[in-house]
Amino acid sequence: MSTVTPDAPAVATTPKATQTWWRGVVRTLTTNPSTLPTLASLVIFVGMLIYGELAYGKILQYSTISNLFINNAHIIIIAAGMTMVIVTGGIDLSVGAIVALSSVAGVMLANAGLNPWLAVGVMVLIGSVFGLFSGVLIQYFNVQPFIATLSAMFLARGLAAILSTDAEKLDKDSPIRLLGAKIKLIDGPKVNDLEITAGVILAFLVIVLAFYLMHRTRTGRTAYAIGGSEPSAILMGLPVHRTKLWLYVISGTLAGMAAVVYTARIGVGQNITGDGWEMQAIAATVIGGTLLTGGAGYVLGSVVGSLVLGLMIVLITRDGTVPPEWTTIITGGILLAFVLLQRAVTAARRN
Amino acid sequence: MSLIVGIVAFVGFLVAGIVYKLYRSQWFWGIVAIILLLSANLIKDPGYLSITYSEATGRLVGNLVDILRWSAPIMLIAVGMVLVIATRGIDLSVGSSMVAGGAAAMQFLSVVKTPDSVSGAAIAVLLAILTGAAIGAINGLLVTYVGLQPFITTLVMMMAGRGIAKVITGGQNTAADSAPFKWLVNGTVLGFPVVILIALAIVTALALFVRRTAFGLVVESVGINPSASWMAGIRPNGILLTVYILSGVLAAIGGVFAVGSVMVVDISGTGYQSELDAILAVVVGGTSLAGGKFSIRGAVVGALLIATLDKTVLFLGISGAATPAFKAVVIVLLCLLQSQRVRNLFTQRRAAATADPAAAPKASVAA
Repeated sequence: MSTVTPDAPAVATTPKATQTWWRGVVRTLTTNPSTLPTLASLVIFVGMLIYGELAYGKILQYSTISNLFINNAHIIIIAAGMTMVIVTGGIDLSVGAIVALSSVAGVMLANAGLNPWLAVGVMVLIGSVFGLFSGVLIQYFNVQPFIATLSAMFLARGLAAILSTDAEKLDKDSPIRLLGAKIKLIDGPKVNDLEITAGVILAFLVIVLAFYLMHRTRTGRTAYAIGGSEPSAILMGLPVHRTKLWLYVISGTLAGMAAVVYTARIGVGQNITGDGWEMQAIAATVIGGTLLTGGAGYVLGSVVGSLVLGLMIVLITRDGTVPPEWTTIITGGILLAFVLLQRAVTAARRN
Repeated sequence: MSLIVGIVAFVGFLVAGIVYKLYRSQWFWGIVAIILLLSANLIKDPGYLSITYSEATGRLVGNLVDILRWSAPIMLIAVGMVLVIATRGIDLSVGSSMVAGGAAAMQFLSVVKTPDSVSGAAIAVLLAILTGAAIGAINGLLVTYVGLQPFITTLVMMMAGRGIAKVITGGQNTAADSAPFKWLVNGTVLGFPVVILIALAIVTALALFVRRTAFGLVVESVGINPSASWMAGIRPNGILLTVYILSGVLAAIGGVFAVGSVMVVDISGTGYQSELDAILAVVVGGTSLAGGKFSIRGAVVGALLIATLDKTVLFLGISGAATPAFKAVVIVLLCLLQSQRVRNLFTQRRAAATADPAAAPKASVAA
């Protein structure tokens, strides 16, 4: 922040407008270490869209884009929570397992005759409880975040397996399925319609709220302060304990919501649902520019990250020549590339 | 008469001494947990602990033998993990190293189709070890020379490693036939399973190497205080690289054990979530996740506890998919026991009247 003041008069006096413009760009890129990675992921996303359209066609059309959002709504929701937790320098590995437990429990409750909206409430609440569990372990018992959330992950997956190891099908006429029903916004030619689901709307709302929380409230600023340096944040008198606990609860709750969105769309809950989603969410967050060491990142970047991963799957399927078993390696490779980019940016800043 | 009293007293002292020494050791609670689990099984089936020698197959048969066999791969990955954790690192890719190593071995065996050749099996094992070493080396290089966090590096490798296994086998669950390879895992020497002997031999050799040379010392010094050990002239890069490669190699051998018992590599199942088993074993063994001092013996006890837990859950008729929940409970309890807040609680109780004033405001925050 202090670097802004000495430069400010220079902007007013220097006649070379182009030079100051360039300096402004450089400053933006260097003051916030997540700007460059976020920009990179945006460029990659647009590049992938254009490449896909040129190489395979039928990418930049209503149906493909709507499906991209519909099929990734749950990952976007999880990634929003993951971003908040990672910004504080933590991690939440339990999200995928929470989805499993929540979807199995929700489907079983709804099929047993419980009011479906109450069942949805229970699904979300299961997420909150597990978030609280991890948060309390981390905050009050000094357990490392990834150990605490790893144990929450195993607990949730084990409990899901105790409930049922079969695929639990949601009743055909269950109103929960309405949440996954496609609503036509623009009726295009043939099947090329712009469609939307309640899940996508929910994801959109989550992103708006998460953006507001992280960038426009005290809680958000505290989260960034914790990620920058937790001891300093404590010394500054910020409510570090409460904020961290809340962010884990939010992350868990969002995982519960993602379970609702996913289950409504697929109509099946199983103890192996959501396997590896924590990795996808972390990858989306990192690709979106959030530093894994905490202190910098954007919620909106994580949305782009989720879409990059989703689009990658679409392109790989369209291409057809890439064997499906390469998908995880490619995801891992992209993740590694972005972690290296972050490393380079932070190293350059330090020098 | 006095002689008998003397002998009894001597034996009593000896037992008390051993028990006390055990009690003081970091892995005491691990042993207690194993005994508790075995007792639970004994209540369900009084003959649970019996071991018999089967004349027909020429091998020892019994639940304890099963537990030991099951513990062999866990023991290897736990010992690799304990060294990594001692340097303040973590290796989340052990499960992926297991499946990648197993995939390399099975793919080779299925291609060469030499069911009886000893050299074929040896090359298969060697390939597995090389695969594990390569994965470990990549982890190590990224952690040391690039300076990435161990947690992130091995997380990426955890994703990519399973992908590598899929690429090796072309996405198939490759099956193969090789008698010598199978003997490594299912065979017996004097009725005793080979797999346990190999695991114990490797662990003993490693323990000797670590404790009889300066290696263990420098590993601990890097973990306890990296900058102080740097000033003392210890350059961490080589040590870290060695530790990650060792972890990868041990995991790959664990992978050979895992695929050898059924002679099929299960791309999505082999080594799945083994990293938690390894971390759990390390924590049970009393090694702090914050790095520094480590206990190989403790990791072995931890691996035995996990094997006992796995088998107990199955024996009590609970679905195998539910075991993670029990492991989570164990790991949470252990982490709670290690945490300062719970320790303060105990010391407060001991200090009785002299209540710690500093803990009071903290407690109100917790509420």
